[in-house]
Amino acid sequence: MNASHTPRIDVMRSQLGRARGLGSAKTGVDHWWLERMSAVALVPLSGWFVIQVLRLAGAEQQDVVEWGGKPVNASMLLALMVLTFYHMQLGLQVIIDDYVHGKAHLPASLLLKGAALLIGLFAVIAVLKLALAPSTKAGA
Amino acid sequence: MVEFSLPKNSTIGKGRIFPAAPGAKNVKPFRIYRWSPDDGANPVIDTYELDLDTIGPMVLDALIHIKNNVDTTLTFRRSCREGICGSCAMNIDGENTLACLKPIKDVKDAVSIYPLPHMPVVKDLVPDLNGAYAQLRSIEPWLKSDTAPPPDSERRQSIEEREKLDGMWECILCFCCSTSCPSYWWNGDRYLGPATLLAAYRWIADSRDEHTGDRLDALEDPLKLYACRTIMNCTQTCPKGLNPAKAIARIKELQLERKV
Repeated sequence: MNASHTPRIDVMRSQLGRARGLGSAKTGVDHWWLERMSAVALVPLSGWFVIQVLRLAGAEQQDVVEWGGKPVNASMLLALMVLTFYHMQLGLQVIIDDYVHGKAHLPASLLLKGAALLIGLFAVIAVLKLALAPSTKAGA
Repeated sequence: MVEFSLPKNSTIGKGRIFPAAPGAKNVKPFRIYRWSPDDGANPVIDTYELDLDTIGPMVLDALIHIKNNVDTTLTFRRSCREGICGSCAMNIDGENTLACLKPIKDVKDAVSIYPLPHMPVVKDLVPDLNGAYAQLRSIEPWLKSDTAPPPDSERRQSIEEREKLDGMWECILCFCCSTSCPSYWWNGDRYLGPATLLAAYRWIADSRDEHTGDRLDALEDPLKLYACRTIMNCTQTCPKGLNPAKAIARIKELQLERKV
Protein backbone atom coordinates (compact mmCIF):
# COMPACT_ATOMS: atom_id res chain seq x y z
CA MET A 1 0.00 0.00 0.00
CA ASN A 2 1.15 3.52 -0.77
CA ALA A 3 2.51 5.29 2.33
CA SER A 4 0.24 8.26 1.69
CA HIS A 5 -2.76 5.95 2.20
CA THR A 6 -1.69 5.12 5.74
CA PRO A 7 -3.68 7.41 8.02
CA ARG A 8 -1.81 9.14 10.81
CA ILE A 9 -3.30 8.07 14.13
CA ASP A 10 -3.69 11.14 16.30
CA VAL A 11 -5.82 9.67 19.13
CA MET A 12 -4.31 6.73 20.97
CA ARG A 13 -6.19 7.28 24.24
CA SER A 14 -8.16 4.18 25.24
CA GLN A 15 -11.85 4.00 24.37
CA LEU A 16 -12.73 3.80 28.08
CA GLY A 17 -10.66 6.92 28.81
CA ARG A 18 -12.48 8.75 26.03
CA ALA A 19 -15.90 7.50 27.20
CA ARG A 20 -15.26 8.65 30.79
CA GLY A 21 -13.89 11.93 29.44
CA LEU A 22 -13.88 14.73 31.99
CA GLY A 23 -16.48 12.96 34.13
CA SER A 24 -19.91 14.17 35.11
CA ALA A 25 -20.52 17.92 35.41
CA LYS A 26 -22.95 17.31 38.34
CA THR A 27 -25.42 19.68 36.72
CA GLY A 28 -28.21 19.47 34.16
CA VAL A 29 -31.21 18.51 36.26
CA ASP A 30 -32.08 22.15 37.06
CA HIS A 31 -31.83 23.25 33.43
CA TRP A 32 -34.05 20.34 32.40
CA TRP A 33 -36.63 20.92 35.16
CA LEU A 34 -36.83 24.72 34.84
CA GLU A 35 -37.24 24.45 31.06
CA ARG A 36 -40.31 22.29 31.62
CA MET A 37 -41.73 24.28 34.53
CA SER A 38 -41.37 27.60 32.68
CA ALA A 39 -43.15 26.01 29.71
CA VAL A 40 -46.04 24.89 31.93
CA ALA A 41 -46.28 28.34 33.55
CA LEU A 42 -46.31 30.02 30.14
CA VAL A 43 -49.46 28.16 29.05
CA PRO A 44 -51.90 30.08 31.32
CA LEU A 45 -49.87 33.29 31.10
CA SER A 46 -49.90 33.27 27.29
CA GLY A 47 -53.62 32.40 27.25
CA TRP A 48 -54.37 35.29 29.60
CA PHE A 49 -52.28 37.64 27.41
CA VAL A 50 -54.04 36.64 24.18
CA ILE A 51 -57.48 37.16 25.78
CA GLN A 52 -56.45 40.58 27.12
CA VAL A 53 -55.06 41.71 23.76
CA LEU A 54 -58.27 40.62 22.02
CA ARG A 55 -60.32 42.55 24.58
CA LEU A 56 -58.17 45.64 24.10
CA ALA A 57 -58.21 45.45 20.31
CA GLY A 58 -59.32 48.80 18.92
CA ALA A 59 -59.20 50.50 22.34
CA GLU A 60 -57.94 54.05 22.81
CA GLN A 61 -54.39 54.52 24.04
CA GLN A 62 -55.53 55.86 27.39
CA ASP A 63 -57.60 52.72 27.96
CA VAL A 64 -54.53 50.58 27.36
CA VAL A 65 -52.42 52.76 29.66
CA GLU A 66 -55.06 52.43 32.36
CA TRP A 67 -55.20 48.65 31.83
CA GLY A 68 -51.42 48.36 32.09
CA GLY A 69 -51.39 50.56 35.19
CA LYS A 70 -53.39 48.07 37.22
CA PRO A 71 -51.06 46.06 39.52
CA VAL A 72 -52.67 42.72 38.57
CA ASN A 73 -52.14 43.30 34.84
CA ALA A 74 -48.62 44.68 35.33
CA SER A 75 -47.65 41.69 37.49
CA MET A 76 -49.01 39.22 34.95
CA LEU A 77 -47.21 41.03 32.12
CA LEU A 78 -43.92 41.08 34.05
CA ALA A 79 -44.21 37.36 34.84
CA LEU A 80 -44.97 36.67 31.17
CA MET A 81 -41.97 38.66 29.94
CA VAL A 82 -39.48 37.25 32.45
CA LEU A 83 -40.58 33.64 31.90
CA THR A 84 -40.76 34.00 28.12
CA PHE A 85 -37.18 35.16 27.77
CA TYR A 86 -35.89 32.81 30.46
CA HIS A 87 -37.57 29.87 28.71
CA MET A 88 -36.25 31.08 25.34
CA GLN A 89 -32.72 31.16 26.72
CA LEU A 90 -32.99 27.65 28.19
CA GLY A 91 -34.42 26.22 24.98
CA LEU A 92 -31.98 27.87 22.58
CA GLN A 93 -29.07 26.76 24.79
CA VAL A 94 -30.16 23.17 24.15
CA ILE A 95 -30.05 23.79 20.40
CA ILE A 96 -26.55 25.30 20.72
CA ASP A 97 -25.40 22.29 22.77
CA ASP A 98 -26.71 19.99 20.03
CA TYR A 99 -25.34 21.69 16.96
CA VAL A 100 -22.44 24.00 17.88
CA HIS A 101 -19.28 22.15 18.85
CA GLY A 102 -15.72 23.08 19.72
CA LYS A 103 -14.44 26.63 20.09
CA ALA A 104 -17.66 28.25 18.80
CA HIS A 105 -19.72 26.83 21.69
CA LEU A 106 -18.74 29.35 24.40
CA PRO A 107 -19.17 32.52 22.28
CA ALA A 108 -22.50 31.22 20.96
CA SER A 109 -23.74 30.53 24.50
CA LEU A 110 -22.61 33.95 25.76
CA LEU A 111 -24.19 35.70 22.79
CA LEU A 112 -27.48 33.92 23.48
CA LYS A 113 -27.45 34.78 27.20
CA GLY A 114 -26.58 38.43 26.49
CA ALA A 115 -29.28 38.77 23.84
CA ALA A 116 -31.93 37.10 26.02
CA LEU A 117 -31.01 39.34 28.95
CA LEU A 118 -31.12 42.57 26.91
CA ILE A 119 -34.35 41.78 25.05
CA GLY A 120 -35.92 40.62 28.32
CA LEU A 121 -34.84 43.80 30.12
CA PHE A 122 -36.25 45.88 27.27
CA ALA A 123 -39.61 44.14 27.64
CA VAL A 124 -39.57 44.50 31.42
CA ILE A 125 -38.75 48.24 31.22
CA ALA A 126 -41.59 48.70 28.70
CA VAL A 127 -44.05 47.02 31.07
CA LEU A 128 -42.78 49.08 34.02
CA LYS A 129 -43.09 52.29 32.03
CA LEU A 130 -46.68 51.40 31.22
CA ALA A 131 -47.38 50.36 34.82
CA LEU A 132 -45.88 53.50 36.36
CA ALA A 133 -47.17 55.97 33.77
CA PRO A 134 -49.40 58.69 35.26
CA SER A 135 -53.00 57.90 34.41
CA THR A 136 -54.39 60.23 31.78
CA LYS A 137 -57.89 59.50 32.91
CA ALA A 138 -57.63 60.39 36.59
CA GLY A 139 -56.83 64.04 35.96
CA ALA A 140 -59.40 64.52 33.27
CA MET B 1 -20.73 22.90 13.70
CA VAL B 2 -22.50 19.66 13.07
CA GLU B 3 -21.84 18.20 9.63
CA PHE B 4 -25.13 17.77 7.80
CA SER B 5 -23.62 16.50 4.56
CA LEU B 6 -21.43 13.46 4.09
CA PRO B 7 -17.67 14.01 4.04
CA LYS B 8 -16.13 13.56 0.56
CA ASN B 9 -14.74 10.11 1.27
CA SER B 10 -18.19 8.91 2.43
CA THR B 11 -20.14 9.93 -0.67
CA ILE B 12 -21.78 6.78 -1.98
CA GLY B 13 -21.26 5.74 -5.62
CA LYS B 14 -22.96 3.24 -7.89
CA GLY B 15 -21.80 -0.35 -7.53
CA ARG B 16 -22.12 -3.61 -9.40
CA ILE B 17 -25.31 -5.46 -10.25
CA PHE B 18 -25.56 -9.22 -9.73
CA PRO B 19 -28.59 -10.36 -11.78
CA ALA B 20 -30.77 -13.26 -10.73
CA ALA B 21 -30.43 -16.59 -12.47
CA PRO B 22 -32.39 -16.75 -15.76
CA GLY B 23 -35.83 -18.25 -15.24
CA ALA B 24 -36.13 -17.02 -11.64
CA LYS B 25 -39.77 -16.07 -10.97
CA ASN B 26 -39.85 -14.38 -7.56
CA VAL B 27 -37.03 -11.84 -7.88
CA LYS B 28 -36.32 -9.08 -5.36
CA PRO B 29 -33.34 -6.71 -5.53
CA PHE B 30 -31.18 -6.21 -2.44
CA ARG B 31 -29.26 -2.92 -2.47
CA ILE B 32 -26.37 -3.26 -0.06
CA TYR B 33 -23.77 -0.77 1.19
CA ARG B 34 -20.23 -1.86 0.36
CA TRP B 35 -16.99 -0.34 1.59
CA SER B 36 -13.57 -1.81 2.08
CA PRO B 37 -10.70 -0.15 3.98
CA ASP B 38 -8.17 -1.75 1.65
CA ASP B 39 -8.58 0.08 -1.66
CA GLY B 40 -9.04 3.71 -0.59
CA ALA B 41 -12.22 3.94 -2.69
CA ASN B 42 -15.53 5.50 -1.70
CA PRO B 43 -18.45 3.29 -0.61
CA VAL B 44 -20.83 1.97 -3.27
CA ILE B 45 -24.24 0.30 -3.36
CA ASP B 46 -24.14 -3.18 -4.89
CA THR B 47 -27.41 -4.66 -6.15
CA TYR B 48 -28.05 -8.38 -5.73
CA GLU B 49 -31.14 -9.76 -7.45
CA LEU B 50 -32.26 -12.82 -5.53
CA ASP B 51 -34.89 -15.44 -6.24
CA LEU B 52 -36.98 -15.45 -3.06
CA ASP B 53 -38.16 -19.01 -3.80
CA THR B 54 -34.64 -20.29 -3.13
CA ILE B 55 -33.88 -18.54 0.18
CA GLY B 56 -35.26 -18.34 3.71
CA PRO B 57 -37.78 -15.74 4.91
CA MET B 58 -35.53 -13.30 6.80
CA VAL B 59 -33.15 -10.62 5.56
CA LEU B 60 -30.28 -12.48 7.25
CA ASP B 61 -31.13 -15.55 5.12
CA ALA B 62 -30.67 -13.37 2.03
CA LEU B 63 -27.31 -12.06 3.28
CA ILE B 64 -26.06 -15.56 4.04
CA HIS B 65 -27.29 -16.72 0.63
CA ILE B 66 -25.35 -13.92 -1.06
CA LYS B 67 -22.18 -14.73 0.88
CA ASN B 68 -22.44 -18.46 0.18
CA ASN B 69 -23.58 -18.34 -3.45
CA VAL B 70 -23.14 -14.94 -5.07
CA ASP B 71 -20.37 -12.81 -3.58
CA THR B 72 -18.09 -14.16 -0.85
CA THR B 73 -16.61 -10.71 -0.19
CA LEU B 74 -19.81 -9.38 1.41
CA THR B 75 -18.96 -8.77 5.07
CA PHE B 76 -21.45 -8.71 7.95
CA ARG B 77 -21.76 -9.90 11.54
CA ARG B 78 -24.15 -12.68 12.48
CA SER B 79 -24.26 -15.44 15.03
CA CYS B 80 -27.42 -16.82 16.63
CA ARG B 81 -29.93 -16.03 13.82
CA GLU B 82 -32.76 -15.85 16.38
CA GLY B 83 -32.60 -12.34 17.84
CA ILE B 84 -30.68 -13.03 21.02
CA CYS B 85 -27.03 -12.17 20.22
CA GLY B 86 -27.49 -8.74 18.65
CA SER B 87 -24.72 -9.27 16.10
CA CYS B 88 -26.70 -8.68 12.90
CA ALA B 89 -27.95 -5.20 13.84
CA MET B 90 -28.05 -3.06 10.71
CA ASN B 91 -30.16 -0.47 8.92
CA ILE B 92 -32.74 -2.27 6.76
CA ASP B 93 -35.32 -0.37 4.71
CA GLY B 94 -34.40 2.81 6.63
CA GLU B 95 -34.84 1.34 10.10
CA ASN B 96 -32.30 -0.10 12.53
CA THR B 97 -33.19 -3.68 13.30
CA LEU B 98 -31.85 -7.23 13.46
CA ALA B 99 -31.50 -8.86 10.04
CA CYS B 100 -32.47 -12.23 11.56
CA LEU B 101 -35.82 -10.89 12.84
CA LYS B 102 -36.73 -8.80 9.77
CA PRO B 103 -38.94 -10.66 7.27
CA ILE B 104 -38.07 -9.90 3.66
CA LYS B 105 -41.76 -9.68 2.81
CA ASP B 106 -42.14 -6.71 5.17
CA VAL B 107 -40.11 -4.62 2.72
CA LYS B 108 -41.86 -3.31 -0.37
CA ASP B 109 -39.74 -3.08 -3.54
CA ALA B 110 -35.95 -3.24 -3.15
CA VAL B 111 -34.42 -4.10 0.23
CA SER B 112 -31.83 -1.45 1.09
CA ILE B 113 -29.26 -2.50 3.70
CA TYR B 114 -26.74 -0.19 5.36
CA PRO B 115 -24.55 -0.48 8.46
CA LEU B 116 -25.82 1.08 11.72
CA PRO B 117 -25.90 4.85 11.08
CA HIS B 118 -23.23 7.33 12.12
CA MET B 119 -20.70 4.83 13.41
CA PRO B 120 -17.24 4.32 11.90
CA VAL B 121 -17.42 1.48 9.36
CA VAL B 122 -14.95 -1.38 9.65
CA LYS B 123 -16.07 -3.00 6.39
CA ASP B 124 -19.39 -3.27 4.49
CA LEU B 125 -22.12 -3.82 7.11
CA VAL B 126 -19.74 -4.06 10.09
CA PRO B 127 -19.70 -0.91 12.27
CA ASP B 128 -17.03 -0.10 14.85
CA LEU B 129 -18.87 -0.29 18.19
CA ASN B 130 -15.80 0.02 20.45
CA GLY B 131 -16.79 3.53 21.54
CA ALA B 132 -20.32 2.39 22.44
CA TYR B 133 -18.95 -0.63 24.35
CA ALA B 134 -16.59 1.65 26.30
CA GLN B 135 -19.50 3.94 27.18
CA LEU B 136 -21.40 0.91 28.46
CA ARG B 137 -18.40 -0.06 30.61
CA SER B 138 -18.13 3.52 31.91
CA ILE B 139 -21.48 3.18 33.72
CA GLU B 140 -20.11 0.05 35.47
CA PRO B 141 -22.89 -2.40 34.54
CA TRP B 142 -22.32 -4.84 37.37
CA LEU B 143 -23.68 -5.30 40.90
CA LYS B 144 -21.99 -3.02 43.45
CA SER B 145 -22.88 -3.91 47.00
CA ASP B 146 -21.00 -3.32 50.27
CA THR B 147 -23.13 -5.80 52.20
CA ALA B 148 -21.65 -9.28 52.00
CA PRO B 149 -23.92 -11.86 50.39
CA PRO B 150 -25.45 -14.47 52.70
CA PRO B 151 -22.86 -17.25 53.12
CA ASP B 152 -25.26 -20.02 52.18
CA SER B 153 -27.43 -18.49 49.47
CA GLU B 154 -27.65 -15.90 46.72
CA ARG B 155 -28.77 -12.27 47.28
CA ARG B 156 -32.56 -12.36 47.45
CA GLN B 157 -35.19 -10.07 45.93
CA SER B 158 -38.92 -9.86 46.49
CA ILE B 159 -41.16 -10.56 43.53
CA GLU B 160 -41.96 -6.83 43.35
CA GLU B 161 -38.26 -5.88 43.36
CA ARG B 162 -37.48 -8.36 40.63
CA GLU B 163 -40.36 -7.06 38.48
CA LYS B 164 -38.68 -3.66 38.33
CA LEU B 165 -36.01 -5.16 36.11
CA ASP B 166 -38.49 -6.39 33.50
CA GLY B 167 -38.12 -4.57 30.20
CA MET B 168 -34.41 -4.00 30.88
CA TRP B 169 -32.72 -7.34 31.39
CA GLU B 170 -33.98 -8.33 27.93
CA CYS B 171 -31.65 -5.81 26.22
CA ILE B 172 -29.18 -7.64 23.98
CA LEU B 173 -26.91 -4.60 23.38
CA CYS B 174 -27.34 -4.53 19.60
CA PHE B 175 -27.13 -0.69 19.71
CA CYS B 176 -29.98 -0.28 17.19
CA CYS B 177 -31.41 2.37 19.56
CA SER B 178 -28.27 4.42 20.20
CA THR B 179 -27.41 4.57 16.50
CA SER B 180 -30.98 5.68 15.62
CA CYS B 181 -30.77 8.68 17.97
CA PRO B 182 -29.96 12.12 16.48
CA SER B 183 -28.60 13.27 19.85
CA TYR B 184 -26.20 10.33 19.73
CA TRP B 185 -25.25 11.19 16.14
CA TRP B 186 -24.44 14.82 17.03
CA ASN B 187 -22.91 14.28 20.48
CA GLY B 188 -22.04 10.58 20.59
CA ASP B 189 -18.65 11.36 22.12
CA ARG B 190 -20.32 12.64 25.30
CA TYR B 191 -24.00 11.59 25.25
CA LEU B 192 -24.13 8.00 26.50
CA GLY B 193 -27.02 6.98 24.23
CA PRO B 194 -30.22 5.02 24.99
CA ALA B 195 -28.64 1.54 25.12
CA THR B 196 -26.12 2.55 27.78
CA LEU B 197 -28.67 4.61 29.73
CA LEU B 198 -31.10 1.67 29.75
CA ALA B 199 -28.29 -0.46 31.18
CA ALA B 200 -27.52 2.29 33.72
CA TYR B 201 -31.14 2.35 34.88
CA ARG B 202 -31.20 -1.45 35.03
CA TRP B 203 -28.59 -1.18 37.85
CA ILE B 204 -30.16 1.91 39.44
CA ALA B 205 -33.44 -0.02 39.69
CA ASP B 206 -31.83 -3.18 41.06
CA SER B 207 -32.82 -3.66 44.72
CA ARG B 208 -29.56 -5.54 45.42
CA ASP B 209 -27.33 -2.66 44.27
CA GLU B 210 -26.18 -0.26 47.01
CA HIS B 211 -24.51 2.42 44.87
CA THR B 212 -27.65 4.04 43.45
CA GLY B 213 -26.56 7.54 44.46
CA ASP B 214 -23.11 7.14 42.93
CA ARG B 215 -24.73 5.94 39.73
CA LEU B 216 -27.04 8.99 39.64
CA ASP B 217 -24.05 11.26 40.37
CA ALA B 218 -22.12 9.83 37.44
CA LEU B 219 -25.04 10.50 35.07
CA GLU B 220 -25.92 14.04 36.21
CA ASP B 221 -24.45 15.85 33.25
CA PRO B 222 -25.86 18.15 30.54
CA LEU B 223 -24.68 15.75 27.82
CA LYS B 224 -24.13 12.28 29.31
CA LEU B 225 -27.84 12.06 30.28
CA TYR B 226 -29.64 15.31 29.47
CA ALA B 227 -28.69 15.31 25.78
CA CYS B 228 -31.75 13.03 25.52
CA ARG B 229 -34.37 15.20 23.81
CA THR B 230 -37.13 12.55 24.06
CA ILE B 231 -37.10 12.04 20.29
CA MET B 232 -38.18 8.41 20.96
CA ASN B 233 -36.43 6.88 17.92
CA CYS B 234 -34.86 4.45 20.39
CA THR B 235 -38.18 3.02 21.53
CA GLN B 236 -39.59 2.96 18.01
CA THR B 237 -36.66 1.05 16.54
CA CYS B 238 -35.87 -1.46 19.33
CA PRO B 239 -36.08 -4.94 17.73
CA LYS B 240 -36.79 -6.44 21.16
CA GLY B 241 -39.74 -4.09 21.81
CA LEU B 242 -38.08 -2.43 24.83
CA ASN B 243 -38.52 1.19 25.91
CA PRO B 244 -35.16 2.92 26.52
CA ALA B 245 -36.87 6.35 26.48
CA LYS B 246 -38.90 5.34 29.55
CA ALA B 247 -35.75 4.21 31.38
CA ILE B 248 -34.10 7.56 30.63
CA ALA B 249 -37.21 9.39 31.90
CA ARG B 250 -37.04 7.36 35.15
CA ILE B 251 -33.40 8.38 35.66
CA LYS B 252 -34.38 12.04 35.21
CA GLU B 253 -37.24 11.58 37.71
CA LEU B 254 -34.85 10.15 40.30
CA GLN B 255 -32.36 12.99 39.70
CA LEU B 256 -35.20 15.39 40.52
CA GLU B 257 -36.60 13.35 43.39
CA ARG B 258 -33.37 13.45 45.38
CA LYS B 259 -33.21 17.24 45.13
CA VAL B 260 -36.45 18.01 46.96
